[in-house]
Amino acid sequence: MNQSTTEIEETPYVDATQHREANHLGMWMFLATEILFFGGLFSCYSIYRWTYPAAFAQASNRLDFWIGTINTGVLLTSSLFMALADLAHHAKAVRLTRIHLSLTALLGAVFLGLKFYEYYQKYVEHLIPGPHFAFPDAPPQAQLFFFLYFAMTGLHAAHMIIGLCALGWLVRRTTKPAWTARHSDAVSIVGLYWHFVDCVWIFLYPLLYLAGR
Amino acid sequence: MQVAEPTRKILFSAYAALLILLAVSAGAANEHFSHLEKLLIALLIAAAKCAIVFWIFMQLKYQRGLVRIFALVGFFWLAIMAGLIFADYLTRGAG
Amino acid sequence: MSLLAAPIEKPPLPSYLEAGHSVRSWLCTLDHKRIGLLYLFSITFFFAIAAVAAALMRIELLTPAGDVVASDTYNRLFTLHGVLMVWFFLIPSIPSVLGNFVIPLMIGARDVAFPRLNLVSWYLFIFGGAFTLYSIVGGGVDTGWTFYTPYSSTYSNSHVMAMAAGVFITGFSSIATGLNFIVTIHKLRAPGLTWFRLPLFIWSMYATSVIMVLATPVLAITLLLIGLERFFGVGIFDPKLGGDPLLFQHLFWFYSHPAVYIMILPGMGVVSETIAAFARKPIFGYHVVAFASLAIAGLGFLVWGHHMFVSSQSVYAGVVFSLLSFLVAVPSAVKVFSWTATLYRASISFETPLIYALGFMGLFTIGGLTGMILATLAVDVHVHDTYFVVAHFHYIMVGGMVLGYLGGLHYWWPKISGRMYHEWTARISALITFIGFNLTFFPQFVLGYMGMPRRYHAYPQEFQMLNVLSTAGASILAIGYILPLIYLTWSFFYGKKAGPNPWRNPGLEWQTASPAPEHNFETTPVVNGPPYDFEVLPEESV
Repeated sequence: MNQSTTEIEETPYVDATQHREANHLGMWMFLATEILFFGGLFSCYSIYRWTYPAAFAQASNRLDFWIGTINTGVLLTSSLFMALADLAHHAKAVRLTRIHLSLTALLGAVFLGLKFYEYYQKYVEHLIPGPHFAFPDAPPQAQLFFFLYFAMTGLHAAHMIIGLCALGWLVRRTTKPAWTARHSDAVSIVGLYWHFVDCVWIFLYPLLYLAGR
Repeated sequence: MQVAEPTRKILFSAYAALLILLAVSAGAANEHFSHLEKLLIALLIAAAKCAIVFWIFMQLKYQRGLVRIFALVGFFWLAIMAGLIFADYLTRGAG
Repeated sequence: MSLLAAPIEKPPLPSYLEAGHSVRSWLCTLDHKRIGLLYLFSITFFFAIAAVAAALMRIELLTPAGDVVASDTYNRLFTLHGVLMVWFFLIPSIPSVLGNFVIPLMIGARDVAFPRLNLVSWYLFIFGGAFTLYSIVGGGVDTGWTFYTPYSSTYSNSHVMAMAAGVFITGFSSIATGLNFIVTIHKLRAPGLTWFRLPLFIWSMYATSVIMVLATPVLAITLLLIGLERFFGVGIFDPKLGGDPLLFQHLFWFYSHPAVYIMILPGMGVVSETIAAFARKPIFGYHVVAFASLAIAGLGFLVWGHHMFVSSQSVYAGVVFSLLSFLVAVPSAVKVFSWTATLYRASISFETPLIYALGFMGLFTIGGLTGMILATLAVDVHVHDTYFVVAHFHYIMVGGMVLGYLGGLHYWWPKISGRMYHEWTARISALITFIGFNLTFFPQFVLGYMGMPRRYHAYPQEFQMLNVLSTAGASILAIGYILPLIYLTWSFFYGKKAGPNPWRNPGLEWQTASPAPEHNFETTPVVNGPPYDFEVLPEESV
């Protein structure tokens, strides 16, 4: 066995490989739950878009195409840096790992910044569903679109914020080589989560921003 | 204990592919296809991007079959849910 | 030769009960066995509250007039009963209590795959329970446990958000438990323990965990949508905006139908174990039963529309759901046949766990067959929302699942407590439960068929006699619930000490001391034969 006796006491695993494989299975299983969690919203979106195509197209055109497209590029780039961070972590290049993790987080923050700017714009344009919603010439189902827009991107943003916290935690932890040696898959596991949240956006972008074009 | 993983070159190639796909989907949206064609293109491109992220960035290419099954099972179940719900909506007006 | 059982010659390892006596050692434990007990206390607490609500309902239903509580109060009572029983008792019962305790022992592991996540799952359960209790204390919810829109999302004036938040949080406890079990069963099996050497309880728990993981997120998003609609005053189930209240039902039942399989599969697993144990034979058709568990889990996701036959769902979809619902009964029936075949010409001893298992077999069969009746679209038009449905699901949930839970609790009690309960008291208690249960719920089949609707606190005079019988049965059933609470607790402190293997069973969990040692096994067991191999047994146990 290649674990100290204290670790044998603390974990139910035979060796680190088994532990790592279990961690990966666990995270993928969690991502499967996320697919179904977001999937519920995607299903609602699909049903309503199929039922009210014109209203959805009209509402979608009020979204900012350029912010959406740039934000997609931002997230894809953040995923690249996350993957590079994973490589660096396995190569035990501590400083490079932290730089890449920080860049990932920075791009994530840029994404959120643009997102909240968009939200503010929608507020100013009276497109937030509720008593102050005003979209003249559009059928009432346009509000359904905007409700789903805010629910889906809002849930996505919440996941991004959690991801940023995880990245911050990783940046701190990877300063300690002993921790890095014991948790050689930590960056991979957080990376899986981060890439997944990126994938959610990959689907959100065309469905929300390109529906009306 | 070293697990197979992508090289930097592979990662950058995947990234380039993703950006190209993004440009195509943004461009296609502004072209003169029908709504249905645009939807199909958009979804296919999104699926392709997602596949690249899963395969390369999330390293499914280097994992065993069991991990791949775990990765895909959520999509499969989502398809069941969406599919059977749609079966209701699609057949409501009929008969 | 089935197992390499190391005879216990050295002084015994400290049991999990002796490893720390402080409150902190319990509340911060990472030991799956202690977490199982934490769950045991918690779900018993919620069961008691839900049972009191049921008692009040049955007292109200003694007379045709609605004279004990107001109709609004009655609505809050059945909502409370449903919510607490489903999410705070039935769903966590066998998985989080017995599953947590037994699974690592059964597969020869030291703990589950993610012990800290296991503890977190209990805290999520408690946190969710706190929100739900808050909503109850604040006056409760009147929407029914099904939270149908647009009543729950727009018009109800009750504490829907708090209760929905409570269930939402508890859902993550469910997901965490399921995730933990799946990875545990994949990765932590002892050497030589291949998939087809696993006990059938593990197969059932695996299937249950798959459902927990894949179905519960949909419940979460559905409750979130209700919360958003209530909070912001606008939502996607609002007909004024073009929303469809039926979409809520689709999403809700996509989870809630598989949820009933979360509730019954573990009970079936317990029955497989106890029948094998007390017939002293391997389960007939082991592979078929294992695959049947998976089939139930899979097919269970395809049938949810049978809750919506009269909801204005498309008739064609209804027909498809009806057919699929017939199909899902098949693997369940296969299991009942297997258990029966196992008992045939077996060396049977009527210990308490077997009595519960036999009760399960009979009552689950009735529940299942009446489920087929309900799955028949045309019949359901008449009995939907009547007491026929209520009787059907109580036959499964109480006659099936609760008996399974009690049977499992008795079966593994020696491993949990290190003591034996008093056998004759337990047998009589099981019999009382069985009689009380049937007296409570059989009349309800007749009532439903005669047309008495559910969720009403007043009813026409001609239904009174059957209702009185039902309430009488409920009071007997209550005794059947209270007795184990008393004698099991008593036995924990004063019962006769059980040895490692009081049932003389070849299972891995019985090859270690009772109560189980803190780290389960002194040395990792090695398995080189099939399960239920009663031919080769360890020497006499105490």
